[in-house]
Amino acid sequence: MWKFTVRRLLIMIPQIIALSIVIFVLAQMMPGDALSGMIDPNVDPERLEELREKHGWNDPWYVQYADWVGGLMQGDLGQSFRFKMDVTELIGQRIVNSFWLSLATLLFTYLIAIPLGIISGRYNDTLLDQTITGYTYIGFATPLFIFGLVMLWVFGFMLGWFPTSGSVTPGLEAGTFEYFVSKVNHLILPALSMALITTVSTVQYLRNEIIDTKQRDFILTARAKGASESRVYNRHILRNSLLPIAAFFGFEITSLIGGTIFIENIFGYPGMGQLFLESITMRDYTVVTAVTLLFGIASIVGALLSDIILSLVDPRIRIK
Amino acid sequence: MSEKLLEIKDLRTSFRIKDDYYAAVDGVNLTVNKNEVLAVVGESGCGKSALAFSVMGLHTRAKIEGNIMFKDKDIANISPSDLNKIRGKEMSMIFQDPLTSLNPLMEIGEQIAEVLLLHNKQLSKEQRKEKVIELLNKVGIPRPEQVHGQFPHELSGGMRQRVMIAMAIANEPELLIADEPTTALDVTIQSQILELINDLKQDMNAGIILITHDLGVVAEMADRVAVMYAGQIVEIADVHTLFTNPKHPYTRSLLNSVPNSNEAQDKLHVIQGIVPSLQNLPREGCRFSARIPWVAESEHEDHPELHEVNDGHFVRCTCYKHFDFPDNEEEQQHGIS
Repeated sequence: MWKFTVRRLLIMIPQIIALSIVIFVLAQMMPGDALSGMIDPNVDPERLEELREKHGWNDPWYVQYADWVGGLMQGDLGQSFRFKMDVTELIGQRIVNSFWLSLATLLFTYLIAIPLGIISGRYNDTLLDQTITGYTYIGFATPLFIFGLVMLWVFGFMLGWFPTSGSVTPGLEAGTFEYFVSKVNHLILPALSMALITTVSTVQYLRNEIIDTKQRDFILTARAKGASESRVYNRHILRNSLLPIAAFFGFEITSLIGGTIFIENIFGYPGMGQLFLESITMRDYTVVTAVTLLFGIASIVGALLSDIILSLVDPRIRIK
Repeated sequence: MSEKLLEIKDLRTSFRIKDDYYAAVDGVNLTVNKNEVLAVVGESGCGKSALAFSVMGLHTRAKIEGNIMFKDKDIANISPSDLNKIRGKEMSMIFQDPLTSLNPLMEIGEQIAEVLLLHNKQLSKEQRKEKVIELLNKVGIPRPEQVHGQFPHELSGGMRQRVMIAMAIANEPELLIADEPTTALDVTIQSQILELINDLKQDMNAGIILITHDLGVVAEMADRVAVMYAGQIVEIADVHTLFTNPKHPYTRSLLNSVPNSNEAQDKLHVIQGIVPSLQNLPREGCRFSARIPWVAESEHEDHPELHEVNDGHFVRCTCYKHFDFPDNEEEQQHGIS
């Protein structure tokens, strides 16, 4: 088991190196830089050229890459042009917000998916199942950014139940109970909006797994033993059906990242997703590359988590 | 006269296909006595397994009519919770494919212990474990302590079938249904498993329904044999009579198609045609007539009944009376017209 985990961890190293090269080269290929467009047009082009030279932007890409990686190793992600502060510090503020948003979304995703999937799978082809399946199809067809806007409009503006932007009410002191409540209050609407849409694939997945497991031979064995219907479901069907769902957990992280980019921008939630989009429009390279790298690493770790979870819960692939 | 354990009366098990119900088991009457092995034989698709599943109440979407009297209780018309008290305890079943019949995520010991737990709440965890080890020993599994903690994928097919048998006999059932217990296993393992069932039969004191299409198995194990074709019993007799004096054309065709190792054969005898599918079953007249076209129509009954030709020997339809295999293949194909 440990050998497997260590080997799996070692594989991540070349993956991350490859990822960093791709990100860096892609960022280099973006047209323009921080000095183009954002700066007073009266500035002498020669002065700009001088600045570019000074920052090393005229060096070949591999030299710049080496500089960048050298910085990364020391935990230095560079300076943000826009915020005039260390990227590390900037991301540090945002990543906490994104973490809580993702966690809340995951929680809602499973809170919705598991009961709906179980009901749908157990009573398949009934009206109840068709209603749930209908919801999943609508969920698949609805773009997250449209749904987010509708949720914001209905519950934020029309009904006024939830705040419409930010991650906490300004002026509250960190650590107090009001601060915590305000944080949670700001989280609910974006997290729920995202969860309602992203959960549908998990609902369908679980439904199909249950329908599939229901027809397996060992379920007959369980019934022939005299197990009651509820025991058959709880002990035999559910355990086997939840397995792929558990394994899928790591990959949920990847889809969460995609989701947060939309949701944070719609709900004005100061997280990594919002920072990412803003930095692209501002040509804030150092931030873009750093955020993308973190997203990429999160996906790789997600895949690793999936592998580890699967090897923990499924005895057939438990590695000795 | 031996004591009746199970009496199936006019059982019809129908499945819904589109908007109609089709009977896979069509009016079966059968009794199983204590300490008796009743073999049910027939080709695939004749309703043997459907019959066994009906007795165990394992059909989830079938319409079951008739009565299944098990020790004076009609288990065809019983509440699910009452049925669950009987299943796994007083009657149990061994399935066809041991590779898929065990829960892949549960330890072997846990799976056997479950059947003990369900029917005997008094046993402590330690007592259950002790009993499981004892059962594993009984079915001839080496190193039972180790196997107790293993998962199904770590065992071979033969070992898994032994585990299934251990599970089935855990509560000393009075009726054991073995649904083609050796079909999925290779020949050497087959004989070991049959030997095991035979051994257990001696000290179990139970009635056994053995479903198979292997006539060798029948000869070795059975006391009585019921031959099923297209959802009906076409012949029933004690094993000796059935092999020495088979009556029904289907039984004779089955026996005729067993390869004979004493003489070299160029060709295997086969029964021409196939078992009709559920929807295409002829519901009137002799259901086997289509596969013996050389027999004149007048020899079949319009509504074939089981006729008692001898004490305990029943045959369906009158076509057996003058039945013979045609001399050449030409006649088999086209019939004597």
